[in-house]
Amino acid sequence: MTDWIEACGAEDIDEEDVIRFDHAGRTFAIYRSPGNEYFATDGLCTHEKVHLAGGLVMDDIIECPKHNGRFNYKTGAARGAPVCVDLRTYPVKVEDGKVFLQVG
Amino acid sequence: MPAGMVIVGAGECGVRAAVALRENGFDGPVTLIGEEAHLPYERPPLSKQAMTAPDMPLARTILDAEGFARLGVDFVGRNPAARLDRAGRAVHLGDGRIVPFERLLIATGSVPRRLALAGSGPRIAYLRTFDDALAIRARLRGNCRVAIIGGGFIGLELAASARSLGAGVSVIEAQPRILMRGVPAEIAAVVHDLHRGKGVEIACGEQIASIEDETHHILIRLAGGHAVEADLAVIGIGAIPVTSLAESAGLAVDNGIAVDDRLRTSDPNIFAAGDCCSFPLSVYGGRRVRLEAWRNAQEQGALAARNMLGADESHAAVPWFWSDQHEMTLYIAGLADEGRSVVRRDLGGGAFILFGLAADGRLVAASGIGQGDTVARDIRLAEMLIARQARPDPSALACAGTKLRQMLAA
Repeated sequence: MTDWIEACGAEDIDEEDVIRFDHAGRTFAIYRSPGNEYFATDGLCTHEKVHLAGGLVMDDIIECPKHNGRFNYKTGAARGAPVCVDLRTYPVKVEDGKVFLQVG
Repeated sequence: MPAGMVIVGAGECGVRAAVALRENGFDGPVTLIGEEAHLPYERPPLSKQAMTAPDMPLARTILDAEGFARLGVDFVGRNPAARLDRAGRAVHLGDGRIVPFERLLIATGSVPRRLALAGSGPRIAYLRTFDDALAIRARLRGNCRVAIIGGGFIGLELAASARSLGAGVSVIEAQPRILMRGVPAEIAAVVHDLHRGKGVEIACGEQIASIEDETHHILIRLAGGHAVEADLAVIGIGAIPVTSLAESAGLAVDNGIAVDDRLRTSDPNIFAAGDCCSFPLSVYGGRRVRLEAWRNAQEQGALAARNMLGADESHAAVPWFWSDQHEMTLYIAGLADEGRSVVRRDLGGGAFILFGLAADGRLVAASGIGQGDTVARDIRLAEMLIARQARPDPSALACAGTKLRQMLAA
């Protein structure tokens, strides 16, 4: 069982927004949905390795800031051109106002 | 063979159209005609990663042979369309093959404007294709001195790439400043200073008197009296739409193949999309524009495909693009020259956005620059506000604490 990594405070992310989280040489994107749930995916777009945290969250979609590729950040599913490879997702939990990731 | 959908031009726009025809349920023949030897590939990396990647780059293929097979799209490469026979509804290819069509999309893109006095030679280069990029890359190694003629996006992206490889770089721009077309002066000034700080020499307001090939280098003489010596000159002075196929077939051309808001040419069975066409921009009351941008190529390709199938949809998108310049990226939504007044929002870390407002208070443009993608999200939200013809409160626009998303919800 891999450890939970403390990533940020729950209030560090606005609702319907995303931030970047770097850990052990890897980069992740952590999302807070309009319904106030938290999610995490790989930080880089599967298309051109752009940091998704610079992109816009709209409902359950993250849009890449450069090429407008879209993913469902809850499932990682790619939503059409130019992205065709899904994003990897990671378990997230919120405890004591802090967001934890299981990045194993 | 029954006539089906034919697309001339296998760039981003043409490929997107081919895919969209299938996504929208068309199951008849689809033929995509390209003139290059490569499978269709992405052009944005050509001025950037294709130059700077340590290993020899491969073209970033948009759709490979397997992808075409899966979609049932007949990709014909290395075979430019030579003639368009409107009466016979067929495209004649360079090798003599005749491809009949029910509906045709012309997505022939644009080509670099040539600088006549530069002539041609091994030390004069233009950047449009992957092969062009490889040729430039092969010369950029070592202590190369490169002169870039034209301070537009291609030239400046290339300047950043060349400089990062250690080349000496001089940019020569005829206009009084760089990025004269489409970029506000305040943002161009940031880009200018950024390049200067990286050791790129920039000379603005300089006309070129002559370019002489002196065997071991070239000598560019400026009208003002200075001269620039270089191993390579890359010319990036804009692009011209490829309209010859349409023009010789009698289709209307007006700074590009003239299409209506459905992307239909003056022939109802023929559409045009992407860099090669000029179209009315509904968000600015039908102002006719021609765009050279990646996303526009994609959106118009997809829209043209739907309309070829009878969707009758209007193109309503707001222009949007970005450009990497060293470690900064600028983003622009809308056309900056539509603005009559400007509101500045500072985001910290040197990043800022200029909002352009029309006389009636509508937000018509947003241009920003910052480290990496700092301004990306706000420009994207601004784009949505522009599309809605919103009239945001200027004092709220100026205040970084007021989220654009809230204005969008309002």
